[in-house]
Amino acid sequence: MKHIVVKSRDYQEVNQEIRSTKDKNIVLSEVFGQRYLGSSLKDRELTIEGTAGNALGCFLDGGIITVHGNAQDATGDTMNDGKIVIHGSCGDGTGLAMRGGAIYIRDSSGYRSGIHMKAYEDKQPLLIIGERAGSFLGEYQAGGTIIVLGRNQAGKSPVGYFCGTGMHGGTIYLRCDTLPVSLPPQVAVRDADEADMQVLGGLLEEYCSLFAFDKTELLASHFFVLQPNSATPYKMLYTHV
Amino acid sequence: MDGYHQHQYLEGEVRIPSGCAISGIIDRSGKRFSGSDAITSISVMHDRSNGLGGGFAGYGIYPEYEDFTALHIFYYGSEAKRKTEEFLEEHFDLINLSKIPTEKHRAITDEPLIWRYFVMPLPTKLASSQLDEDEYTARCVIRINKEIDGSYVFSSGKNMGVFKAVGYPEDVGAFYRLDDYKGYSWTVHGRYPTNTPGWWGGAHPFSLLSYSVVHNGEISSYDANRRFIEMYGYACTLKTDTEVITYMIDYLHRRQGLTLEEVSSVIAAPFWSTIECKDEEERNALTYLRNTFASMLITGPFSIILGYNGGLMALNDRLKLRSMVAAEKGDKIFIASEEAAIRIIEPNPDRLWYPIGGKPVIAELYTTGQGGAHGHQLPVSGL
Repeated sequence: MKHIVVKSRDYQEVNQEIRSTKDKNIVLSEVFGQRYLGSSLKDRELTIEGTAGNALGCFLDGGIITVHGNAQDATGDTMNDGKIVIHGSCGDGTGLAMRGGAIYIRDSSGYRSGIHMKAYEDKQPLLIIGERAGSFLGEYQAGGTIIVLGRNQAGKSPVGYFCGTGMHGGTIYLRCDTLPVSLPPQVAVRDADEADMQVLGGLLEEYCSLFAFDKTELLASHFFVLQPNSATPYKMLYTHV
Repeated sequence: MDGYHQHQYLEGEVRIPSGCAISGIIDRSGKRFSGSDAITSISVMHDRSNGLGGGFAGYGIYPEYEDFTALHIFYYGSEAKRKTEEFLEEHFDLINLSKIPTEKHRAITDEPLIWRYFVMPLPTKLASSQLDEDEYTARCVIRINKEIDGSYVFSSGKNMGVFKAVGYPEDVGAFYRLDDYKGYSWTVHGRYPTNTPGWWGGAHPFSLLSYSVVHNGEISSYDANRRFIEMYGYACTLKTDTEVITYMIDYLHRRQGLTLEEVSSVIAAPFWSTIECKDEEERNALTYLRNTFASMLITGPFSIILGYNGGLMALNDRLKLRSMVAAEKGDKIFIASEEAAIRIIEPNPDRLWYPIGGKPVIAELYTTGQGGAHGHQLPVSGL
């Protein structure tokens, strides 16, 4: 295991050190907002203590990143494969243009989470947020799955305004009793049925074990399913999914 | 300009593609602390600026002169200084004047002459102008900036001061020896100019009277806002977009008497579709503000921190297109572009949250306001 104390070191230097080390496990401690940590990481595990900077795990390609603390903006930007686990919250633009792998956030995420996520065959990105997300969740979503669990929200909608604006693929699951205000017309909403709950059960398995949440209890609540409204032209215009 | 300096390009003549960084700290108990925390905070976000502008605003830094306006002025050449001082003597009692103490720094070069004056309006002039003191002072400041070549008043408040330069903000803080000043609140900015070159007057904060604004973003509506505000006697002379925000806040808050929450609902007005979802009373209020001050809506991405006597206000554009994090620890409220910039000076805040677009975070001294950082937030429980 390689241990790097980061403090005020330059991000480029730290990233070079991560890339050049042969160790499979790398621990960064006292991190203060260094950018691009774990960029394109493959086959290795990175543990971060502190505040991970912008574009954490961008272009991640199979590596596993765990943050004990919060991450800033654009976590998992364009990630292709692998896993990012946040024991805390994320800033804006989490999972931006994500095309594979999983991002598990214990608490909340900022604006535009899951913007422009996409999917292709076995590349099915997954973003799970424990508490709530800001406005524009899943904006222009083209594929993949976003789940917001609404923990500690007392059944109220766990997302802000304009959820799913421009959505033309993929699925958003919201665990709540009331719908978000101002859902755009290109989003079709329904209550989760038994088949959905089966799917959710599978998707939540790893997430719940990572954060020691009671899956049965979470699944006992009501979920909404948001998908593109095929009566709108978006789907025809932009994708063939 | 007077030829002493190179030709300055106007807004829109040049485009430099790019960030910016902002940070603010207030101790609501009024306890004063040096500028070094602000310097430490902004230095974490070094990569968000490119060395073409840095600056600070400190409040509560001149208690011994709290009844007088502190004018900080850049002079490009001694003729500008002579003309300005002649103007000042005609309009004000000069209580004290001196060069602002600076320390040579190898990264800060080409400095203009930097002077500070503590003044009060000449009573006879003020009486015959039939203006209140603030309006009188504001008009004098605008006149100097507009009419005297090579002279820029970059700070004109009471018991506060702006310090800015071309350079990285941490170097600017050292250049102005901000360790030697103590204030109850500080804001700071690291600049990465996007449309105009960096110059001393174009560094943030932009200030008029005791208002100061640091800004990260780009105002798409700049010219619409400028045309409107210039009808009310303001002049945009600093060749960049942010100054117009300062004048709009001065106009709305001081001259029109709007509350800061109302000011926010004008400059970062919600979408009509969002207004429609509100209950009747709020819907009517928001509709009134949007209609009445339609030309003062700021479009484009922005995060700003407004400093004023007794408080700080942070505000994002309604889409939250620029990052902003806020935190609370005891009496202190912290606001910054990045969480790391808060953690470096306060590793264990009591709470931390991401402000919501268009909703202000207001933190005031307990003696002037309720001291609270207002609701409407997206809490982050991962502490």
